[in-house]
Amino acid sequence: MNSETMSIFSPKLSARFDALVEKYPVRRSALVPMLLYAQDEIGYLSDAVIAEVAERIGISELDVRNVATYYSMLRFKPAGKYNVQVCTNISCMLRGAYELYEKFQEELGIGHKGVTDDGMFSLEEVECIGACCWAPAIQVNYEFHDELTPDHVPGILKSYRGAGWAEGNGKHA
Amino acid sequence: MPRLVSHPDEVRVVSKRFGMGAAQIDRYIELGGYESAKKCLAQGPEWIIEEMKASSLRGRGGAGFPTGLKWSFVPKQSAKPKYVLVNGDESEPGTCKDHLIFLHDPHAVIEGTIIAGLAIGAKVGFIYLRGEYRYLLEIMEKAVADAYAKGFLGKNIFGSETEFQVITQSGAGAYEVGEESALMESLEGKRGVPRIKPPFPAVVGLYGGPTVINNAETIATVPHVIAMGGAAFAAIGSARNGGTRLFSISGHVNKPGVYELPMGYNLKKMIYEVAGGVRGGRSLKAVVPGGSSTPVLLPSEIEELGMDFDQVGKAGSMLGSGGVVVIDDQTCIVEFALRTISFYQHESCGWCIPCREGTDWLKKSLTRFHAGFGEAKDIDNIQYLAENMMGRTFCPLGDAAAMPTLGFVKKFRKEFEEHLNGKPCPYAKHVELAVV
Repeated sequence: MNSETMSIFSPKLSARFDALVEKYPVRRSALVPMLLYAQDEIGYLSDAVIAEVAERIGISELDVRNVATYYSMLRFKPAGKYNVQVCTNISCMLRGAYELYEKFQEELGIGHKGVTDDGMFSLEEVECIGACCWAPAIQVNYEFHDELTPDHVPGILKSYRGAGWAEGNGKHA
Repeated sequence: MPRLVSHPDEVRVVSKRFGMGAAQIDRYIELGGYESAKKCLAQGPEWIIEEMKASSLRGRGGAGFPTGLKWSFVPKQSAKPKYVLVNGDESEPGTCKDHLIFLHDPHAVIEGTIIAGLAIGAKVGFIYLRGEYRYLLEIMEKAVADAYAKGFLGKNIFGSETEFQVITQSGAGAYEVGEESALMESLEGKRGVPRIKPPFPAVVGLYGGPTVINNAETIATVPHVIAMGGAAFAAIGSARNGGTRLFSISGHVNKPGVYELPMGYNLKKMIYEVAGGVRGGRSLKAVVPGGSSTPVLLPSEIEELGMDFDQVGKAGSMLGSGGVVVIDDQTCIVEFALRTISFYQHESCGWCIPCREGTDWLKKSLTRFHAGFGEAKDIDNIQYLAENMMGRTFCPLGDAAAMPTLGFVKKFRKEFEEHLNGKPCPYAKHVELAVV
């Protein structure tokens, strides 16, 4: 594959990758962040993404898969445009994370790792996200929402739904 | 934006610039920033290490190893390049202090990294943030770019002949990568599986070169140690436990938050005065003193307990990452134990069998137990399983899963027994299992 003519990366992502690999003593140090950045742009680690990352780093696709399957943020099928990640670990659990998680399930009609029919939202129960003192906390893509109660759920979903189809929004997705 | 808190008992050293706009480099300089790095550049490596030893600063990641001593282990001469690696993979449940450091004081991390580099003779430092901290990585990246623009990083830092480069790195979701050798593996583009030690990172680390790995809070503390002097820093804390520490107080308290308190501060006071006591007028059932991997303490054990590495160790637990998780009397300890072990089962990398199998069987046993299908012998079995994980794995994750489990079973055996014979959980709340 000639990555310049057949790249599935945008020019911006390609440029980011080119800059990234040069930073390290070895090219493959770029692998983990690069998989995440590619996922941010393309939505998930498709076969094509894995092939291109392997090609660009100069390692086998199997090697890329071997690494990618280790990291919990990396996924191999599409998530929703907005991936709602509810932390239910101890500090959040003590302050009502499961009630919050149930409310998200109810409002979205999906369970763990489910995606809504319109592709707008996905839901995940996740481990500690480092917001223990502002519990319960969630992340929608990379955005944190702290100190929540189930009453906040409809408003949070509405804010993303409203922004969902507008140009320029959801840049984290 | 995470809420900032304050209390009169706080001694603001590491957090003194929080909320003051210090993420902007000019503001950081105005507040005295980068003076410590300049001083270290003038004084040289031996002086830096002596100051660090005098400070009795101990690693804030959890192990509490003396920072100055760690730096002194790096060989002066090395055929391979040396590296500084800053561990910002903050993932220990109950801990969110580095979150605030990256948000409010990213230049302190950079300055501490430069000083560590000067101390060991490294030309490159890596700052690794967990993947979930993307907005904080962006703040760090901007801070690094600004430091380059000012000439504080690069070929000739602060106009000297000394070179120092900083590279930021994102993880992609893995608790295990917080372990130092797994962190190096991840940075080398591999699965975060721990390495066999020895050799220790100070001798053979990142890319095979001698490497110093420090927690982000430790590194952010370094410029303050240099600014005030090692002895003055040591004087704030308790014996062999220099300075202050960022305590993340979470769970059932009225005023959860990250508070900076002197090492050795009384835990009871921390809960009842600093964090405003147990919420809803309930009573204290237990407290996890240093992140989810540290054994639980009972109210009777915290009366006279000073929060430093040695005193908490003597009390049978660990100061760990400083994540104080407060549990009220309405909480089911079996469920809490189950949620804790579910986490470790999810995060075990699977490399060592006692950890991979042990966490899995503990989760299965506790799941069945909490659902009311446990048998009396299961209680001993849970303890037996946990005891057989201890010390039998390459990295501390196996211990991190076993230690809290042992604490729960030993200290709350009666509560386990109350779940026997098909009786529903006396607290009957979240029967839904952790399915992460």
